[in-house]
Amino acid sequence: MMARTTKTQKKKTGAAAKPKTEFTGKITSRAQLDLMRTQCRAENARFPKQVMICCGTGCLANGAAKLVEAFHDVLKQRKIKDFEVKAIKETGCHGFCEQGPLVVIEPKGTFYTKVKPKDIPDIIAKSIESDDVIEKHLYVDPKDEKKIECYGNVSFFKHQERIALRNLGKIAAHSIGDYIAVGGYQGLAKAILKMTPEQVIDEVDKANLRGRGGGGFPAGRKWRQCASVDADERFVICNGDEGDPGAFMDRSIMEGDPHTVLEGMMIAAYAVGARRGFIYVREEYPLAVLHLQKAIDDCREYGLLGEKILGTDFCFDIKIARGAGAFVCGESSALMKSVAGQVGEPREKYIRSVIKGLWDKPTVLNNVETYANVPVILDRGAAWFTSIGCENNSGTKAFSLVGKVRNTGLIEVAMGTTLREIIYDIGRGILGDRPFKAVQTGGPSGGCLPESMLDLPVDFDSLTKAGSMMGSGGMIVMDDRTCMVDVARYFLQFLVSESCGKCVPCREGLYQLHQMTVAVCEGRAEEGDLEKIEQLSDVVVKASLCGLGKSGPNPILSTLRYFRDEWEAHIREKRCPAGVCRELITYTINEEKCTGCVACIAACAYNAITGEKKKPHFIHQDKCTQCGACVAVCRYDAIDVA
Amino acid sequence: MINITINGRLVQAEEGEYLLAVLKRAGFGVPALCHHEAVEPYGGCRLCMVEITKPQWKGWKDLVVSCLYPVSADLEVQTDSEAVIEERKTVLHLLLARNPHTKEIKDLAAEYGIVRSKYQEVAEPDDCILCSICTRICDAMGFSAISLVNRGHGREVAPPLNEPPPDCTGCLACALNCPTNYIKYTDTGVTREIWGKTFEMLRDPQTGKPTITREFAEYLSQHREIPAEYFGEGDESHRKRTARSFGKIAAWSRVDAGPKEVES
Repeated sequence: MMARTTKTQKKKTGAAAKPKTEFTGKITSRAQLDLMRTQCRAENARFPKQVMICCGTGCLANGAAKLVEAFHDVLKQRKIKDFEVKAIKETGCHGFCEQGPLVVIEPKGTFYTKVKPKDIPDIIAKSIESDDVIEKHLYVDPKDEKKIECYGNVSFFKHQERIALRNLGKIAAHSIGDYIAVGGYQGLAKAILKMTPEQVIDEVDKANLRGRGGGGFPAGRKWRQCASVDADERFVICNGDEGDPGAFMDRSIMEGDPHTVLEGMMIAAYAVGARRGFIYVREEYPLAVLHLQKAIDDCREYGLLGEKILGTDFCFDIKIARGAGAFVCGESSALMKSVAGQVGEPREKYIRSVIKGLWDKPTVLNNVETYANVPVILDRGAAWFTSIGCENNSGTKAFSLVGKVRNTGLIEVAMGTTLREIIYDIGRGILGDRPFKAVQTGGPSGGCLPESMLDLPVDFDSLTKAGSMMGSGGMIVMDDRTCMVDVARYFLQFLVSESCGKCVPCREGLYQLHQMTVAVCEGRAEEGDLEKIEQLSDVVVKASLCGLGKSGPNPILSTLRYFRDEWEAHIREKRCPAGVCRELITYTINEEKCTGCVACIAACAYNAITGEKKKPHFIHQDKCTQCGACVAVCRYDAIDVA
Repeated sequence: MINITINGRLVQAEEGEYLLAVLKRAGFGVPALCHHEAVEPYGGCRLCMVEITKPQWKGWKDLVVSCLYPVSADLEVQTDSEAVIEERKTVLHLLLARNPHTKEIKDLAAEYGIVRSKYQEVAEPDDCILCSICTRICDAMGFSAISLVNRGHGREVAPPLNEPPPDCTGCLACALNCPTNYIKYTDTGVTREIWGKTFEMLRDPQTGKPTITREFAEYLSQHREIPAEYFGEGDESHRKRTARSFGKIAAWSRVDAGPKEVES
């Protein structure tokens, strides 16, 4: 892919002046960095209108690459005033994948959703050559059905506060020019030209940047410990092994704004005195690998990676280490083993990796999102950063908001935002206006929080106190048709298959917990089993080797804490109150509501439903497998689950 | 040297030494299934967990695996507190569910009054307790012929692709160190078979007894700079040869005493 130097979101300043000199060669000083920024901005300012096409993985899957092609085709056929290929930007993920492919026309921020290649000539004619808005492509608010014209007014984006995701959708994903144009590498320049390593650590410490991977350990303290160990070599590693099902925060940052990750790592390397860094990315993120590699190559070309960066004595280089997709490799010690080429299994961390990490050298490991925050902290200062968020939890946190909400996608909110604000303002409430039941935060080993917790501020400490966790930022919203025992079973199953198997409590304990939970779902559990489950959970938490096992029983413990009655109903009454666990439910047709439309008869793969048109149908229980297909197709809510 | 307290008794230890070594030296019994002195501690079986605290922790206690915990001054250790026993019993129940017929597990469980696991036994149990001693020893030998394959509950010890392992030299280090004798091999005196691979045995030229496999001898002579013919000899011949050498050395160094008779 070509690195097209591109424009900024900022307003154009009058007539677009062509840059007088094209910047070439290496950036070896602050002045040259500023010169390059000016030039890149001027280049972008040449076009009064720019088209941002989201080329994140979600939109690409929806056909965004064809949109880019379609734009190029039209431009090949005819010339358009003040518009050319360079004014079309392939950006990173906006986070609103369910509405993709997304096209934003700047500077007005006209926001088009679900665009198809055949719509392109129309968009060019109406929205680029003239200033019209095409109504049919606008986003319709799912709650009040109003059409929203501008990107910034969409409910999904309006309530967000973006720091780590600041550039996503606003710059061409892999362009170093675009990144520099929006102020990229200013944080690095400030750190290595004006500050000592200690001052950098102090600044990050003052900002109280806590690890965004979920642990919440203060990054500044980690860096200080690493820097204080006497060693001939140190490493910085970026953890891009995002394994939680449904989470794509780190992926989007690596794909859409790889330079911010590199800059964060460079600042960390300067602070702790490392000369080599690694980014651990899963091989399942091919676009992230591609964009990061492109960014690394560009940085080497411009002299931002390598020897004597910005004319100082600071030398640093980054390599990509690709992971094979084991969930446990997101655990720090397993990750380091994997980087070193060994089997990714965790070790006991009585001696922490800041003292003995990769190849037994002091190592700083931070998450992608943590690094993405660092350049801004350096550039704008710790005081600015702590002004966002809440006490002891400064800044923002990215989440992937999924499940039964109207708006789903990638969001970033200030710490301390309540669950209610996230689910009802950004997410616009529960699909179909059904009652809210629970929200699962923190990925597979996180916990489920009930309605009474909706006003809980989302930050590291509050979530942990409530029995869940921040995790890397998964957030799954569930409605009343979700069985909490089934949810616990589902997440346990994931953890059982991802446990590395090294230690007995995790390997055998989680397996037994899963077996017992399945028994509860299938109505085979007996009185006393709940206590057995609780006792084993307790030991697995205490005795497991790494975080996976220690947090493994969380799905059980948190659902037991808030939804114990549901577990008990399964065991004592052999009943699934939510109507999910197949062995415990029966489907019957409500004769008063059934209109005899035969939709369910057609949907049933087991011929378990019989009936005539316009007369109530009947479900034969002996043939019914409780698959739920009839419920899914019935438009009259005429199938009762009990 | 530092002082630590174990079950109320003051014990001396080196700073940074692993706690399990201190416990063993001081005579405190702690079960450990995955521990082997020849290889690095592993921390897999979790049976050697003990409860620790320090005066400055203000009553806060932690469970740690003693095989990997480096001791430091003022450490207070409880090897059989209520929390430790509960953890140990639960782990034994879990192990017993996986290996219900394994003698070593049954015996250990019986010491804690456990006869049957309270958890569901696996459908087709075997004697492998996944302690990984065999694979770690194979790594330490320099072969890495076998390894742990699959993840989680489906984990097992196996050669690559479950085929006769190309890197195996038939040294038997895995089988002889397996705590439950799960790894099987056959020695006919002429050949040896392990992991589905058959090896030719070298024979002592004097006694005619089989010694080690040809592959193992070749590997050792290449990597340890020892003449290959050395490995053709059995222990008995080695002892005789060594004794003769020592006899000579003794004779050279003792001018006044003269050569000493050496037992042969």
